[in-house]
Amino acid sequence: MSIETVTEEEADPTFDEVDELLVEEVSIDGLCGVY
Amino acid sequence: MGVDSSLRDRFEHGLAAPICLTWELTYACNLACVHCLSSSGRRDPRELTTAEATALIDEIAEMQVFYINVGGGEPTMRRDFYDLIDYAVSRRVGVKFSTNGTRIDAAAARRLAAMDYLDVQVSLDGVDATTNDRVRGAGSYTSARRAMDELAAAGFGQFKISVVITRENVAQLDEMAELASHYGAQLRLTRLRPSGRGADVWDELHPTRAQGRELYRWLRERPDVLTGDSFFHLSALGSPLDGLNLCGAGRVVCLIDPVGDVYACPFVIHDEFLAGNVRDAGFATVWRDSELFASLRSPGSAGACASCGSFDACRGGCMAAKFFTGLELTDPDPECVFGHGEEALARRRGVAPTSGSDHSRRVRVALSTR
Amino acid sequence: MTTRGIRFDASGPWRLSAEVSLRDESFGALAYHHVNRRLVFLKSPSLVALVSRLDQFESANDALIELIDEPSRESHRRALGSLADSGIIRGG
Repeated sequence: MSIETVTEEEADPTFDEVDELLVEEVSIDGLCGVY
Repeated sequence: MGVDSSLRDRFEHGLAAPICLTWELTYACNLACVHCLSSSGRRDPRELTTAEATALIDEIAEMQVFYINVGGGEPTMRRDFYDLIDYAVSRRVGVKFSTNGTRIDAAAARRLAAMDYLDVQVSLDGVDATTNDRVRGAGSYTSARRAMDELAAAGFGQFKISVVITRENVAQLDEMAELASHYGAQLRLTRLRPSGRGADVWDELHPTRAQGRELYRWLRERPDVLTGDSFFHLSALGSPLDGLNLCGAGRVVCLIDPVGDVYACPFVIHDEFLAGNVRDAGFATVWRDSELFASLRSPGSAGACASCGSFDACRGGCMAAKFFTGLELTDPDPECVFGHGEEALARRRGVAPTSGSDHSRRVRVALSTR
Repeated sequence: MTTRGIRFDASGPWRLSAEVSLRDESFGALAYHHVNRRLVFLKSPSLVALVSRLDQFESANDALIELIDEPSRESHRRALGSLADSGIIRGG
């Protein structure tokens, strides 16, 4: 299963804040320590 | 495709509850695989009772652990096996169970096919009886294949085939993929660790560095193959493999063993990594308050790996692999792709630790004498 | 099985999917979809509050206006789009 991040469009230059990724997916199988 | 580093950092510092956990239901097993990570065979008389197991499921549900990986030993050897997994599913805890398949007959397969939120993982360590049975015992290949046939016939849907990669089966990767494809199953490869009886055979069976590179290349081309983030030590070879690429022990996962002991992960069944016991004050207390887990969740030293440019990719590798080969936790992984682990192994003094928890049914013998 | 390509129309009503467990963490929340088995990390408490209360509003836009400061609305709207794509939230 693949890891995906939200693809960011270019940050709007009118905003001061850094446009951060608020959501991130991880694979339920991608956790070490499980058999 | 790696995970955002801030996310990895947060996971390294621990979570409110495990995302998933491994629960070994019993040390009883009707096989005697040479590399058994839990040294299973004989049932432990102190096994959790059905009532205790049910209460544990209640706690796991309340903590919102998303799913449990049920194993053992052979979990189907518990008389209350179906009751427990039915109950977990009814409490909205997903269940995956890992089995040697010996008890998956037509009736069992039909029963499992009727359940929702259930994943079945059949263990198989080679694509033919010769390769597989050398590690898992005579007849084990046939049983596993029969279980898969029964699951398919019962319309179970997609199940997993789980293979521990060894020096002897790494040449069979393409055939393993074909076998999974034949059943419409998911192939899952996991790393051999020197844990449990694995310590006896690790020197002979762990992949060579060249085989590790081959495996890495193969996995990069097969994103559909699962690994349980088992090979993150190989991520130092290039672009990271799928998964968090870090040790989840005590941070996002842990092990609950058949007598209620809580360990950082299934590969470190040893007092050094024992966080507590659910019989004292329940599981949530252990997850939250254990000193061992607190120390695993605080930033660790990169140790010998600090000066390596690849440290961020592999985070120094697997604790279990280091611990049970007699290395320090600050040493490189014994299978470090750059060979630093081999150097550290050569400098070792003393004897590697062995777990006091051994439920093997007979005296353990080296692979080469079998 | 995946919900790729779901158009996120913020003018419609949205809610957390019934098959999802949403678990609070110190940094936000973890969301797990029991059927498609996707595991998603919500990285801000404001996003978690938004997702939890989505079903109380007639539209996602209304929820954004009510619950999220204006400069952050775009990033939150995009986050909702991603959650719709993963099946974590659904229309209706």
